[in-house]
Amino acid sequence: MRKLSISAAILMTLTMLSAPALADFKVGLVLDRGGRDDKSFNASAYEGASQAKQKLGIHLKYVEATDENSYEPLLRAFAQKDFDLIIGVGFAQKDAVAKVAAQFPDKHFAIVDSEVDLPNVRSLMFEEQQGSYIVGAIAAMVSKTGKIGFVGGMDVPLIRRFQLGYEAGAKKINPQITIFSNFCGVTPEAWNNPPKAKELALAQYEEGADVIFAAAGASGAGVFDAAEEQKKLAIGVDSNQDWTKPGTILTSMLKRVDLAVYATIQEAQVGKFTGGLKRFGLADKGVDYSVDQYNDKILPESVRARADQLKADIIAGKIDVPDYYKQH
Amino acid sequence: MLIGAFGAAVGTLHTHSPWLGSAYGMGSGVALAAVYALFVIRLRADQIVAGMAINMLAMGLTPFLCKILYDQTTSTPAIPLQQQFQSAPLYLCWVLVAACALWVRYTPSGLRLSFAGEHPEALDAAGIRVNRVRWIAVLISGALAGMGGATLSVYLSSSFSRDMTSGRGFMALAALIFGKWRPLPTAAACVLFGFTEAVEIRLQGHSVWGGHEIPVQFIEILPYVVTILVLAGFVGRSRPPKALGTAFAPGGFGA
Repeated sequence: MRKLSISAAILMTLTMLSAPALADFKVGLVLDRGGRDDKSFNASAYEGASQAKQKLGIHLKYVEATDENSYEPLLRAFAQKDFDLIIGVGFAQKDAVAKVAAQFPDKHFAIVDSEVDLPNVRSLMFEEQQGSYIVGAIAAMVSKTGKIGFVGGMDVPLIRRFQLGYEAGAKKINPQITIFSNFCGVTPEAWNNPPKAKELALAQYEEGADVIFAAAGASGAGVFDAAEEQKKLAIGVDSNQDWTKPGTILTSMLKRVDLAVYATIQEAQVGKFTGGLKRFGLADKGVDYSVDQYNDKILPESVRARADQLKADIIAGKIDVPDYYKQH
Repeated sequence: MLIGAFGAAVGTLHTHSPWLGSAYGMGSGVALAAVYALFVIRLRADQIVAGMAINMLAMGLTPFLCKILYDQTTSTPAIPLQQQFQSAPLYLCWVLVAACALWVRYTPSGLRLSFAGEHPEALDAAGIRVNRVRWIAVLISGALAGMGGATLSVYLSSSFSRDMTSGRGFMALAALIFGKWRPLPTAAACVLFGFTEAVEIRLQGHSVWGGHEIPVQFIEILPYVVTILVLAGFVGRSRPPKALGTAFAPGGFGA
């Protein structure tokens, strides 16, 4: 009996020590395949949330989904544990978020890269085709061989959107340009398969491409390896990846998932959460291309000037960037 | 293979040499194989069930250890280009295949190995401890699988990433059946699988380029279709070693 009461006391103390203060705003983050440290998409989402943790003092808990069936239980667990804001990162979680949000109408949800039409869900979508257009133009400007490449992750409409924008931007600069396009796979494993991505990139470089845009999540590391080995260039995606291999990464197509996540948390915390669709594009710096000390020397001023001009034209509506979502 | 890939990546990061790193990888492979051997040889558990358990153990243990060592579960830190293998595994694997083929066929210890799987009673009657032979075989295969994993993370890639083996181990198993449990035909089967995967990659590059676009999915199934065609058409009957999968208890003299 004594052992029981002692262990009960210990258990209670531990629970009390680990429970956050009642006033804390609790945010649950369900990350996609590729993990928190994919240095790309999920990393950006996590970065936004941890910025919120630092600056706004929220209580953050993140989980990494290991397969498609785990999204729903993870989201539901957050809802059942009384989390204030639950964020599903990635289009793959669309159905899971729709289901769980419908079951918990008084909880707030957010989803990245997809649209869920419920009043308690904020959908965060990005104009990837605009950002891809710009880096396509950059690739075409920098390419000496007139051949560039694209390595996508999973063959889904989202990545086709990147591809279409990329090709359009490149053809704007050089209508005769040759573009090689490959996908790492057709299942979510494609987001975390660097050896496959490396083989695809090597094949493209051997065909003459000298710049490859990697839109493949954690698999992009394979493309960068190939670029380094062949002493050619690559373009990163989502997060700023220029630092991973300075001198080899020409630029990165920034998708400011971090800003979107941060803004959502901030608004929800002060009670200003709104459902509905929020689009982020070039105009509000939701997508952009990166310039920093790691690609400063390899991205010429003239290229940047032209890229900025194209940016302004797109924002002003003078250029119509083809959008895979609209065409299909 | 998976734990060998992880061990080798950690080892190379630690020692800055791909060879020493592979030693770490082989060591991890041997350690995991020892666990398997304990359950399957000593405790006579079902080999398929134990095998699946070891698989799951590796799949869970590797990101867990990665998190402890590097605070991230997706991948180990990148290994610089100079510290990776440049081309050694390409030649090493053929040396090992040749060594294995010669050893199994022409040396006494190699023959004992074949008997341990084919007809352990005869071996036992000759006074050789069957389970000892099996233990050594499992440990050696663990080392070789670990080396295979090292090739993945230190040669074909620059780091270990989660679940990076992607079913290659099962393809090796298929190659084994394909090759009728003999070293050289098995190696040939592996080359066939590798060839179709390479064709798949190159074909993908041309599918959008030509006049028509071949869907990625069709190209992806190519290796498996080739496997079925060759298995159905050319391999004939593939007979496993008679005592495969059954634990051996030395008759009449205790375990």
